[in-house]
Amino acid sequence: MKPRGREVLRVKRLFKTFGSVPACRAVSFSLRQGEVLGIVGESGSGKSTLLRCLAGRIQPDDGTVLIASDDYVVDLWAMDEASREQFVPTTVSLIHQNPRDGLRLEISAGGNIAEPLMAAGGRHYGSLRATALEWLEKVDIDGRRIDDLPEVFSGGMQQRLQIARGLATHPRLVLMDEPTGGLDVSVQAKLLDLLRSLVLELGIAVVVVTHDIGVARLLADRLMVMQRGRVIEEGLTDQVLDDPHHPYTQLLVSSVLHV
Amino acid sequence: MEADLIFDDDAIGYSFAYLDEMTKRMIRRAILKAVAVPGYQVPFGSREMPLPPGWGTGGLQVTASILGRDDVLKVIDQGADDTTNAISIRQFFAKVADVVTTERTGEATIIQTRHRIPERALTEDQIIVFQVPNPEPLRRFIPEEAVARKIHAFGRYGVMYVRLYEDISRLGYVAMSADYPVIVNGRYLASPSPIPKFDNPKLHRSRALAIFGAGRERRIHAIPPFTDVNSLDFVDHPFTVQHFETCCSVCGAQDSYLDEILLDDRGTRAFVCSDTAYCAEQRDKRIDA
Ligand SMILES: Nc1ncnc2c1ncn2[C@@H]1O[C@H](COP(=O)(O)OP(=O)(O)OP(=O)(O)O)[C@@H](O)[C@H]1O
Ligand SMILES: [Mg+2]
Repeated sequence: MKPRGREVLRVKRLFKTFGSVPACRAVSFSLRQGEVLGIVGESGSGKSTLLRCLAGRIQPDDGTVLIASDDYVVDLWAMDEASREQFVPTTVSLIHQNPRDGLRLEISAGGNIAEPLMAAGGRHYGSLRATALEWLEKVDIDGRRIDDLPEVFSGGMQQRLQIARGLATHPRLVLMDEPTGGLDVSVQAKLLDLLRSLVLELGIAVVVVTHDIGVARLLADRLMVMQRGRVIEEGLTDQVLDDPHHPYTQLLVSSVLHV
Repeated sequence: MEADLIFDDDAIGYSFAYLDEMTKRMIRRAILKAVAVPGYQVPFGSREMPLPPGWGTGGLQVTASILGRDDVLKVIDQGADDTTNAISIRQFFAKVADVVTTERTGEATIIQTRHRIPERALTEDQIIVFQVPNPEPLRRFIPEEAVARKIHAFGRYGVMYVRLYEDISRLGYVAMSADYPVIVNGRYLASPSPIPKFDNPKLHRSRALAIFGAGRERRIHAIPPFTDVNSLDFVDHPFTVQHFETCCSVCGAQDSYLDEILLDDRGTRAFVCSDTAYCAEQRDKRIDA
């Protein structure tokens, strides 16, 4: 098992209800630097809602989200909005399933990577440009495409660009919602390799939501299984997948064809 | 400038400077707030003016609210005192406030302007009032008013730099040549109104109070005297102003903003000062010398 860094995220009894639909019920977990937590579960089980509560996008009804920054810990939903808006973009990055939700399609690939850097105070064009190029290379996009609009990129390229945009600011916590969904299998495989090497290289803490047990097995150190807003099973990925205890998890695992 | 307060309205039946005293008070309150929070857009209850919105009703209301009987008013449009818009606004105030008007920048106590700042440096005895079509520099990128307001509140102006980044990467320079956004007092992003960026440096630590009135958008913002005003730029691509290869063909000025004009129908062209009062002054100086 790889060595773990210090705790980056701690979620305590998080609740979120939409009308009469409970999307998250008493969700608790914690995450360390360099660790990847996978979240699997059926559609509507509250995975995206949980991520959005962690990303400062929707306020939970109850519970706490603690995020450690360099030398202090913030209580995400106890701080005022202005401080949260200041804190989140420099600390947390949310990668959407559909790259169109996470990119600005009307500005260039380089501009997409540079924007969050400029929002964080980057005021040197040359170094913004250099960072953009460096990240395009990291995510395997030809540097000559730096001034192209993402509109003309393939789906896989758009997703890699979204990842570059999300990681270039060096967030400590990265939240990915089905990052490989909607891509064909060979593109998925390449993207997974890329994500795995970036996570290793950068030592970030990652929460990755996925439908795909294969993705979970490849990326996640630990796995959390959600059903109807509750965490029903949690453990090391291999443990959960090879010896599932909860009937739902057993169903989930057995429904995957082994080849 | 408070002389109008003791003006006897009833005896004459008309309000001094067109607007009623309650309205002027409301607008003055907005102006005071704008001065207290430099660069922040203060909403105000814009009134009907005898001029269509978009023709300077914001500037007109600001001027009407601060005008006193001792003031000397100058009105310019694109730098010129003799354009239709400038003349009609000047005549309007001469009629409804009976104030002295002038074309000389140095003589004016209030200068209402559209699209230019006079070349002659303004002094602490002067107020410059801008007519503003669109006071919100974020509008081009953030159409939703509520979102724009939050961006101002949080001071997160990264989105504005995207425009600069995109221009430099595509063209090698920033293509905005007028209404070039500024940061006022190190805090609020503001529009200087559609003045050429040539005029932006004049706002920086200006001795004169600058008030910006947007009638249609019902906003007033201000830059108090001696306030830092910085045009957006990158460290390695500093803000620059237009540079003219030639001098004014009328007065010979080399430091003024020039307009290109057609002299005949064969396409003969010349460059002349856009600031007509400055041009006249320089010409007189040359003749004297
Ligand atoms: N903004 C909203 N308004 C009302 N109900 C919502 C909202 N967002 C989510 N829900 C409901 O909350 C529940 C959890 O939704 P969520 O999107 O978190 O599920 P999920 O696990 O991400 O599903 P999927 O795998 O399909 O993406 C669902 O019943 C959903 O309909
Ligand atoms: Mg979802």
